[in-house]
Parts: sequence; C-alpha cells; structure tokens
Amino acid sequence: MALAAVLVLSVGFGARFLSSGEVWAGLTDPASDYYRIVHEMRLPRTLLGLMVGMALGLAGAIMQALTRNPLADPGLLGINAGASAAVASAAVFFGVGTFFGYVWFALAGAAVVTALVYAVGGGRSATPARLALAGAALNATLYSYVSATLLSDTQAIDKVKFWTAGSLASADFETVELLLPFFLAGLLAGLLVARPLNALSLGDDAARALGARPGVIRVAVIVAVTLLCGSATAACGPIVFVGLLIPHLVRPVTGPDLRWMLPYTAVLAPVLLLGADVLGRILGSPGELQVGTVTAVLGGPLFLYLVRAAK
Amino acid sequence: MTLTEVRRNPVGIRPRAVVVGVTAVVATLVVSVFSLGTGDFPIAPADVVATLFGAGNPAHEFIINELRLPRLIVAILVGAALAAGGAVFQSLVRNPLGSPDMLGVTNGASTAALVVVILGGSDLQLSIAAIAGGMTATLLIQLIAGRALHGFRFILVGVGMAAILTGISGYLLTRGQQMENARALLWLTGSLDGRSWTQAVPLLVVLGAVLPLLVLACGPGLRILEMGDDAASALGVPVSLLRNGALLAAALLVSFGAAAAGPVAFVALIAPHLAKRLTRAPGPNLLPSIAVGALLLSGADFIAQHALDDRVLPVGVITGLVGGAYLVWLLTTERRAGRI
Repeated sequence: MALAAVLVLSVGFGARFLSSGEVWAGLTDPASDYYRIVHEMRLPRTLLGLMVGMALGLAGAIMQALTRNPLADPGLLGINAGASAAVASAAVFFGVGTFFGYVWFALAGAAVVTALVYAVGGGRSATPARLALAGAALNATLYSYVSATLLSDTQAIDKVKFWTAGSLASADFETVELLLPFFLAGLLAGLLVARPLNALSLGDDAARALGARPGVIRVAVIVAVTLLCGSATAACGPIVFVGLLIPHLVRPVTGPDLRWMLPYTAVLAPVLLLGADVLGRILGSPGELQVGTVTAVLGGPLFLYLVRAAK
Repeated sequence: MTLTEVRRNPVGIRPRAVVVGVTAVVATLVVSVFSLGTGDFPIAPADVVATLFGAGNPAHEFIINELRLPRLIVAILVGAALAAGGAVFQSLVRNPLGSPDMLGVTNGASTAALVVVILGGSDLQLSIAAIAGGMTATLLIQLIAGRALHGFRFILVGVGMAAILTGISGYLLTRGQQMENARALLWLTGSLDGRSWTQAVPLLVVLGAVLPLLVLACGPGLRILEMGDDAASALGVPVSLLRNGALLAAALLVSFGAAAAGPVAFVALIAPHLAKRLTRAPGPNLLPSIAVGALLLSGADFIAQHALDDRVLPVGVITGLVGGAYLVWLLTTERRAGRI
C-alpha cells in the first residue's frame, strides 16, 4: 500500500514536469539550462500544490466525519470563501499586500465560517441538502461581499484578481516557507484527531464510553480545519471540490476508518490538484486556466453524478 | 392549513395578508416620493406628487420624469421580479434558503454577462446574455435533477451548478483588464446607476405579462403543492405541469431582473421570508412578497444614493449588508427550530 502511495505520488510529479530526464537534470545539476526554471518556478509551484491539495483533502475528509455529512467540502460550505472575504478586506481596508499579512486574516475568516457551519450542520437534524444549501448561502454572501469590497478599490482588484479564482501562479519559495508551519500544524492536528473522530462517529455516548471527550475533539477538529483551509486559501485562493471528491474516491477502498482514509486522501488530493493545475496550463496556454476553475469544471460534473447516483 | 380550509378558501385571501400587502405598497409609494424628491436638486413632496400627476413646472417634470423616475421604476420592478422568483423557488424546493441566488440561476446570468463584459459588448448585449444565461442554467439544473424535481436533489444539483459557474466566473474575471473588471464587479454587485426608460420599459412589459399569470395560475396550486405531491394530485392539481411552469416563470423573472440591475444580492431570499413572517400564512405568499420586494429594493436604493455624501453606492452593497446579517440570524434561528 505504501508502494501504491509512492507510485501515485510520483505520477503526480511526473505529470507535472513534462520531460522527466530534463527535470532530473534541472533538479540535480546546477549547470543545466533547466536548473533555474525548475528551482525558481516549477518546484515551489509543485510544493505549494502538494501542500494545498493535502490541506484541502484532509479538511474535507475530517469535516465529512465531523458533520456526518457526505457532501461537506471546505469550498462548498463557504470556509474558503470566508478566508477570501477576510483577505479581500485586508487588501482593501488595511492595505495588506504580503502573504504573511494575508494568512492571519485568512485564518480568522476561515475560523468564523467553520464555527458557523458547524453550528448549522453539526446537529442530527441537518440533512446533506440542508447543509449544502446553508453553505451555498454563505458562499453567495461572502462572494457578494468580496466583489463589493473590491469595487471600492480598483487597485486592489488587480492585486487580488488571480487569487480570487484560486491559482498557484504566485508560488515562490518564500510563500512555501511561510505556509509550511501553518500547514504542518494543521496536518498534525488533522492526523491526531483521526482516532478520536472514529470514536465520535459511533455517537457521543459511545465515544465517552471509549474514553474520548466529544467537546475537546470537536474543538480540535475545528482548529485543524481552520488551519488547513485558512493557510491553503491564503496561499492560492478559494478552491472547490478537492475536499469533497477525494474522500469519496478513497472511502470505497479504505472503508470509513479515518486512520486509513486520511493518509490515502493526503496522497490523492495533491494528485488531483496538481493534475488540475497542469491541465489548466495546457488548456489555457499561452496563459493559464486557474486551478480553481479547473477543479470546479472537472469536479462539478462528478459532484452532480454523485448526487444523481445517491438517489 | 388543512385540506378543508383549502377547499373552502381556494384563492387564499387572508385579511392579514391583505394588510401586509397594502402596507408594503403604501410604504413603497412613500419611499418613492421621498426618493424622487431627494438629490442635488431637492423637490418638496407635494411638488413631487403634483408633477407625477402632470401638474408640475417644466423643470420639475424634466428632473423627475426623465432623471429620477426611470431609476425608481427599475428598482421597484426588479425588486418585485426577484421577490416573486424567490417566493416560487422557496416554495418549490420547500426550503427557506432555496432562493435562485443559491441554486445557480443567478450564477448562470452572471457568468453569461461576464463573457459579454470581457468581450467588450454593449449594455443591451449584456442584458440579453444575462437572460439567456439564467434560463440556460435553470434548464440544465432541471434536466440533470431529473423530471421528478425532488426538492433535495434539485437543491444539490443547483448548489453544484452554482459552484461550477462561480469557478468559471473567477477565470473570466482574471481575463479582463482593469477597466473591464471594474465594470464586471459593478454589474455583479448590482447597481441602478444611470438606468433609463430603455431598461424600465422592457421590464415593465415582461412583468406585466408574467406576474399576473404566475399569481393567478400558479399561486393557489403552489400553496396546495406545499402539502405534498400526493395530496396535491388528489386535489386535482396537475403537479408536474404546475412545477415546470412555475419554475420557468420564476427563472424568467429572476433573469430579467438580473439583466436590468445585476444580480442584486438577497432580495430573492429575504423578501419572501419577510412576507411570510408578516402574513403568517402558508404557501408562497406571492402578492405580499412582490410588494415587500419592491419596498426592499426601492428603499435600499434610496439609502445607497444618499448614505454617503460624496458618492453613490451600488445598491447591491446595501442589500448585501442587510442580507448577510439577516442570513446569519436566519441560519441560527431556523436551525434552532429545526427547519434548515
């Protein structure tokens, strides 16, 4: 299984760099023509995609477990849009222009929306359709807020426009380094809650009998989702469907046990994200289609299929 | 509401609903008079009324009839159209959040309009594209959701469609230059700046045709339909015909509204809610919703024009602010009541 994981991972990388020999030369040989391209443009972008993909996939998987709702996705439920709205405010009202400035706003925005979504969708009465609709309503609100905010400042439109569609284009090593601590913290928190979340899926009483504390677990999950989604959105804007689809593809293979699901998700989600990014650059050349657009257009029909198949 | 009640009172006229509707209409008229009288050149309310009845002086006539009245009429009509569309959608999907903003109809209009903006098309082309986009999105959702139009499946397909279209809109925005983006964002927010009779007249014609049809032909049926498909069939309601007809009429209204003023946020969500809360009546409450929608948008535009001294805000900013707060409140209360 670990072999399969490595294999999939390498395919993700392989598709990313079109000719593998040149990539190897670029990676290892400083004298090569490709060294600069690979190290300054391709590598940070790939690393960023890897981190963002993992973050969104894990966030989706643990949210689906927490809300016991198969359609939970940080994009659909408005968490990424919450981070976006906070970043737009930061750019327009506070003149923030660096990633390090954005990330705190993004985390705050993601935290508020996560808490709100949980308040709406955490109970037993919430059906998937109702939760999705509540998320869509939040999304619509936050997007109208973003466009209204940007409207007051045409300079800011240009500054953040790439970023509102969800794009890896701004990647450099500095962003990757700044993102890393937030991402690692979120990753750790996400993996740590896997076991207690399994217990929680049996219901609060059973979980308590197994020695877990439901309140603590919920807070930990919200913190993990906030860290993962907030930092991912701060780095490259709102991206939908990655967190929804990957857990759905993984679940038939691993079963519902999160201890198995999360590692698989962490491997497959970046494959989807990087694949979408590569596709976007091929289809959009000489420019590029933003990865958020590609995941929406690719993931959307799959989502519609899931809805139809679910009856 | 029981079945016998429906039989006894099929048109569903309730005193409370009449009071709410009339109050909203009167309030709209009052807002209108103030709105027409306020601006760089203030006109007293009495003069406004006199001018409207054709007894004003030429200066007042020009200012009111040519400059301020078209904008007000567009505000009232768009408010009414969005509210009626929203009421039908919420009734059809049986969910208080099921407004066309959330279910991809408005997104269809936005995405099509963005394409026109990026290509540098005229305002007329933009309006036509918005109408075509809204209708196409509705038909697609209906097609994918299947003939049965089950509430929850329609919702999920609509939400998915909205997400796809949002992704495409994001891409389109990155393609535009700075000026085009400013125009696109202004349109997406919803604005009534510079609306003239060229926008008001087509809207008036469409609403004049669709609204009475919707209220008279679909209103009573929709009210019965909320009790369930089986009960409605048993009472002789042609369920699938009614649903498809009401859906298309509602989508048409929303698309025309969006074409005239942009997808003004939340009017379609809030107006039917307020109407329902005030009338305390079941069913889509079409007429009260329409009146409340007209009041909401004309009031919001009045605030948008005069809230800041130095510039006019897009009306969508006001409805968005009010609507966002209302939504959060709605999510928490409805959740507590277990209806969401």
